[in-house]
Amino acid sequence: MQFLRKYLNKIKPQFRPGGKFAKLESVFDGFETFLFTPNTTASARGVHVHDNNDMKRTMSTVIVALLPCLLMAMLNIGYQHFHAIGQPEAGWGAMFLFGLLAMLPVIVVSYAVGLGIEFIAAQIHHKEIQEGFLVTGLLIPLIVPINTPLWMTAVATAFAVIFAKEVFGGTGMNIFNVALITRAFLFFAYPSKMSGDAAFVKVDSALGYGGGTVVDGFSGATPLGEVATNVGDTLAHPTSLVDAFVGFIPGSPGETSMIAILIGAAILLITGIASWRVMLSVFAGGFAMASLAHALPSATYPASLLDPCTQLCLGGFAFAAVFMATDPVTGARTKTGQYIYGFLVGVLAILIRVYNGGYPEGAMLAVLFMNAFAPLIDYCVVQSNINRRLKRAKAAGEQ
Amino acid sequence: MALIKLKRGYDLNLAGKIARDISREAIATAPLGKTVAVVPDDFEGIIPRMEKKVGDHVVVGEPLYHDKNHESIKVTSPVSGTVTEVRRGERRKIEAIVIEPDGNQDRRTFDTKGSVKTLLLESGLWAMMRQRPYDIVPSPEVAPRDIAVTAFDSAPLAPSLLDILGDDKKYIARGIEALKTLTEGDVLVGAREGDSFDAGSAVVNHFKGPHPAGNAGVQLANVKPVNKGETVWTLDIVTVARLGKLLESGKLSTDTVVALVGSEVSEPKLIKAVMGQEISTLVKGELKESKAEPRIISGNVLTGVKVEAEGYLRAPYRQITVIPEVAHPDEFMGWASLSTKKFSVYRDFIGTIFGLDKKEHRLDAKINGGERAIVMSGEYDRMLPMDILAEFLIKAIISRDIDKMEQLGIYEVAPEDFALAEMACTSKLELQRIVREGLNYLRSEME
Repeated sequence: MQFLRKYLNKIKPQFRPGGKFAKLESVFDGFETFLFTPNTTASARGVHVHDNNDMKRTMSTVIVALLPCLLMAMLNIGYQHFHAIGQPEAGWGAMFLFGLLAMLPVIVVSYAVGLGIEFIAAQIHHKEIQEGFLVTGLLIPLIVPINTPLWMTAVATAFAVIFAKEVFGGTGMNIFNVALITRAFLFFAYPSKMSGDAAFVKVDSALGYGGGTVVDGFSGATPLGEVATNVGDTLAHPTSLVDAFVGFIPGSPGETSMIAILIGAAILLITGIASWRVMLSVFAGGFAMASLAHALPSATYPASLLDPCTQLCLGGFAFAAVFMATDPVTGARTKTGQYIYGFLVGVLAILIRVYNGGYPEGAMLAVLFMNAFAPLIDYCVVQSNINRRLKRAKAAGEQ
Repeated sequence: MALIKLKRGYDLNLAGKIARDISREAIATAPLGKTVAVVPDDFEGIIPRMEKKVGDHVVVGEPLYHDKNHESIKVTSPVSGTVTEVRRGERRKIEAIVIEPDGNQDRRTFDTKGSVKTLLLESGLWAMMRQRPYDIVPSPEVAPRDIAVTAFDSAPLAPSLLDILGDDKKYIARGIEALKTLTEGDVLVGAREGDSFDAGSAVVNHFKGPHPAGNAGVQLANVKPVNKGETVWTLDIVTVARLGKLLESGKLSTDTVVALVGSEVSEPKLIKAVMGQEISTLVKGELKESKAEPRIISGNVLTGVKVEAEGYLRAPYRQITVIPEVAHPDEFMGWASLSTKKFSVYRDFIGTIFGLDKKEHRLDAKINGGERAIVMSGEYDRMLPMDILAEFLIKAIISRDIDKMEQLGIYEVAPEDFALAEMACTSKLELQRIVREGLNYLRSEME
């Protein structure tokens, strides 16, 4: 890699103030530190040795954890496509290829828009480029319905990065999860594109590949969508738990396969990147609320007819628990706080899903809502530490 | 008497340890170089006012300068000789007082019958103590609630303080009795599990667990935390023994034993030396041949000071660590490395997941990443065995919120307590500097 190092050294002056490309200094820095670990050494005072872990490593580990979801998403998009157009005999290779071609443009748009804004913001503040969007940029294609027009995704991403992140000071300073803001923006700005039977299964061609017309009898509705319109005391179209577990059901790309999500969860937990406290308590909260709802079944709220395990496997619940609620920046940061935060995310997600007829999916709103409350939860935990200290001081003063 | 087990913290496994079975007789004495220096930066909280000028002759224990605010606090000469230079830096700040030894080591005779406090102040041993709050040389006007003595150093590659003392261990009890007269509370000694020595009337607590178990702040937090408005003095057992010896003989001992350690040292060992002696006299001929430039640290890798080859041994005068400055320059995509040899306390490195990193590490001084906002949570807490919400305290300090700093326990901490967290910080923040600036800010606002 010597030639690359030499080449970078050669062109470096042009990116320094006064150089031809001075406006791209942050971008150059970003690529340089991506390629070569900086040789900067510790200052004369302070710690002289540092851990090898840095933000790049941390964020890329999350991306690795997302890869199973991404691959399953591509496969399932193809699977749904060929079933919808009446060619279920198409091979796995064709299905995956179709999914790949369908997802690629969304991934490119998400990264191009988001990173573009990050680069500009970094240059304005004369700071290094932060790695936060590397994860956000992959989360967005996984939670935005596949049929969303690209320009909508672009607008929503730009809105989220600017108004949910940069105005607060960039990565590490945001209050709300940026990927979820993108999804929420789309949901409230273009509701017709975000739900219903046509949103989740791509029927037309992807970059010229595949394409056809929907055959009779195929429904592109998500299992939760079907449940929401159910009439009567029993579920008319019970979703197979196996399908939901493996992931061959309609839905947002990343959320359908429980297996892929669990592999991702295992990676996050083994590497210690995500808080097991949050993840565990989201599932605990969800299970508790789902059990409660299932114990009081009602035809008015058909989702209450689902048993708790199916409840947790369907929709975006598991994906939100593993990848969204565990975002350390927007979640609770104290250990005690993480249990409370996670539990309430789980409870709220199922509460919205079951008892809000107009909105069959609650995970996104539950996480966003709890994002707003995370600082309050932490405040209470911090306050108890403060009170303990005050009490101790008072006791010492009385002696 | 209690055994306190600490779970949080981390023992860095660095290359360049001293073989355990060293006999005291085998310790060589380093030649006293051409000059010896006292560095005022080593005595946090003292603003130097010179008492001697260039050309003056001094003996061991004679004051070189005193504190601007407390004239009674003296910093004294470790050798007998002539002051040859008062080195000044920006804005005429005194950087070092250089003395040329005459080789006689004539020692000033102290009156040991008078008050212990005066003896400490006059001899310069006072300046070797620190106080909570603020981690500065104690103010003579305030009587401490307790006096905390650390009897072991848990930092990476640190020598055993009892090894350093050798026969001087016999002076510990005498030193402790003297300290006892300065407080209405206790002299609290924190010893490593299994260590024993005569500590007189002190309350001895034994500690088990990884670094920072040897830090005064950590020991206090787990025995008797410092509350707002209270003052506790902290010092190490070596200084206590020095005080005992001074009381016994009337002369100040400025001899010390230094551990020369680290991956770049060919044969790690203990060396007898004098406080403030030239680094070159201690490391010359002791370093391995290596392509990498050495970084010489006076102290340990967490809290020490980087010194140049022509620099001096710095307080607390007991360890020199030499590591490579940059072991592997221009590492290609180091952040994506799948090597099992990479050091990390986190499990996103393969070596850490499978426990393959049991080998000694040869770490260099690279920061391994850029400074970022705090993203990951709970990283600092696992390195700090105190009931303190470290991350929230750091944020309060950064935002200069005095009320929050007080409430979150800034009076209990010293920068050294955050050293491990700084080593492990994914966002690469200089936590020790942040805490030091916070303490100084708080002090300037309170006075």
